[in-house]
Amino acid sequence: MGILNNTVSETQIKLKDRIWLYFIALIILFLLVVPSLIVIPMSFSESQYLEFPPKNYSTRWYENYFFSIDWLQATWTSVKVGVLTIFLATPLGIMAAYGLVNSNARLRSILFPIMISPMMVPVILVAIGLFYFYVQFGMVNSILGLVLGHSLIAMPLVLIIVLSALNNYDMNQEKVARSLGASRLRAFFEITLPQIKFSIISASLISFLTSFDEVIISLFVSGGDNSTITRSMFLALRDQIDPTIAAISTILIIISSVFLILTQTFGSKKD
Amino acid sequence: MASKIKLNKDHINKIELDQLDRKERFTLFGLTVPYLALVLGLIVIPVGWLFYMSFIGRDETLSLENYERIWNSKAYFRIFKTTFQISILTTLICVLLGYPLTYFMSQLSNRWANICMIGVLIPFWTSLLVRTYAWLVLLQKKGLVNSLAIDWGLWSEPIKFVHNMSGTLIGMVHIMLPFLILPLYANMRTIDKDCLKAAANLGATPTRAFWTVFFPLSLPGLLAGLLIVFVLCLGFYVTPALLGGGKVIMAAMKISDNIELYFSWGAASALGVVLLVVTMIILFIASKLVSFDQLGNRS
Repeated sequence: MGILNNTVSETQIKLKDRIWLYFIALIILFLLVVPSLIVIPMSFSESQYLEFPPKNYSTRWYENYFFSIDWLQATWTSVKVGVLTIFLATPLGIMAAYGLVNSNARLRSILFPIMISPMMVPVILVAIGLFYFYVQFGMVNSILGLVLGHSLIAMPLVLIIVLSALNNYDMNQEKVARSLGASRLRAFFEITLPQIKFSIISASLISFLTSFDEVIISLFVSGGDNSTITRSMFLALRDQIDPTIAAISTILIIISSVFLILTQTFGSKKD
Repeated sequence: MASKIKLNKDHINKIELDQLDRKERFTLFGLTVPYLALVLGLIVIPVGWLFYMSFIGRDETLSLENYERIWNSKAYFRIFKTTFQISILTTLICVLLGYPLTYFMSQLSNRWANICMIGVLIPFWTSLLVRTYAWLVLLQKKGLVNSLAIDWGLWSEPIKFVHNMSGTLIGMVHIMLPFLILPLYANMRTIDKDCLKAAANLGATPTRAFWTVFFPLSLPGLLAGLLIVFVLCLGFYVTPALLGGGKVIMAAMKISDNIELYFSWGAASALGVVLLVVTMIILFIASKLVSFDQLGNRS
């Protein structure tokens, strides 16, 4: 039994003495991955009741989704808000990261905690705070309100990603460009930006997904024609378990997986 | 810029240089202004306003009425108890499941560890609602979990998992686990394996080497993950609302109910302020233990 006697750690543990760890780890991994994927076969079930494995297959729940004006409109709202969130959160996050990197350490230590505060305040508080605020300005149920709210929680993620890219980047390159006569702006766009572009791409993908998956802010500040897909799903789930949700969930899983693959690809490329 | 600097006879004009320097620093600070304005306008002011509202009583005057009610009411006590109970249990289960898995991953070669990492990232990236829905389907009376368990003879009657505490816990552990694993894994990868070699060389058994060398070195990562999970649990809304079926009321749900059903901003704000203060205290402790840079980074 060669392989079982292989040592697998610095402390010379043999594989056979550690089989239990592999076993436990695989079970936990299984429990992490499989439950969300189970909705995929279920979405193709013929039956109203969510049985597994499905006895008969059909695409009726997908038809339900694609022929429902409400669901399509909610999806369209989510996509629109997600894209607009990219265009607000990413530039603001990049600007702030650039400003932070080039400022002195004291200012940085004051500003950084304020900047990531949207991640630390419980979302429910952000949501009711925004709700109150929007009521005063008639922004409830508006696309603008949603985009601002979602940008608020996406910006810290952009900030952290771009900041870590800039920290690994040698700012002296910009100084070289400027000493050769380029303006600061030109030095940034022609020297710095191309070198951190992959981080920026993954930051914008993450902004989109953060907005697209956001539930609580959407629940409070959106509604009517501008209801997001997560809001509609949440309300539908509270009332009954409609298999249409399984079809929508499958679509959402596919979208998330595509984004995961894209960010992993861009993220692993060294800027 | 260099062209703007005037040479004053023999030496460079210092005042002019200082001015340029100030101007540049001002511009750089200006870059952070839009971001700060958004955070200030949409978080600091609204939350500050909630703070103020929490001190306004029913008769529209300043009072501690809302806090007194929270302090004296049995219903609120129960909500806090449930919130802490669920948060502590979820964190505990996450540690028990997450630590062995992360340890396992830290022992693998980069290639296999990255493959396992995908297993952690898939649920992390999948919408919260999708995962909650999946558990709702799996755990219901005629769901897959019950029918498999009955087929295998684990239990004979279908057990009710959804719309109660156990369902909420299962769903929340599934959602929180990646938040524990990611910082812990980042930490374990930085542990110098030579320390373990040295321990073995000095005669420690593998078990002893683990507990006296590896485990203490992994504590910062474990604490970071544990505190993030705990804080996220405290303010959690979606999963308890759906899997708890109205029977498991946590603080965030009560805040939402106070506003949506009773339009009672004072009560909601007071509860919110308590939640915020507890969260901030825990995060403050966390910030003393680990740097915040590794939190929240999804990739």
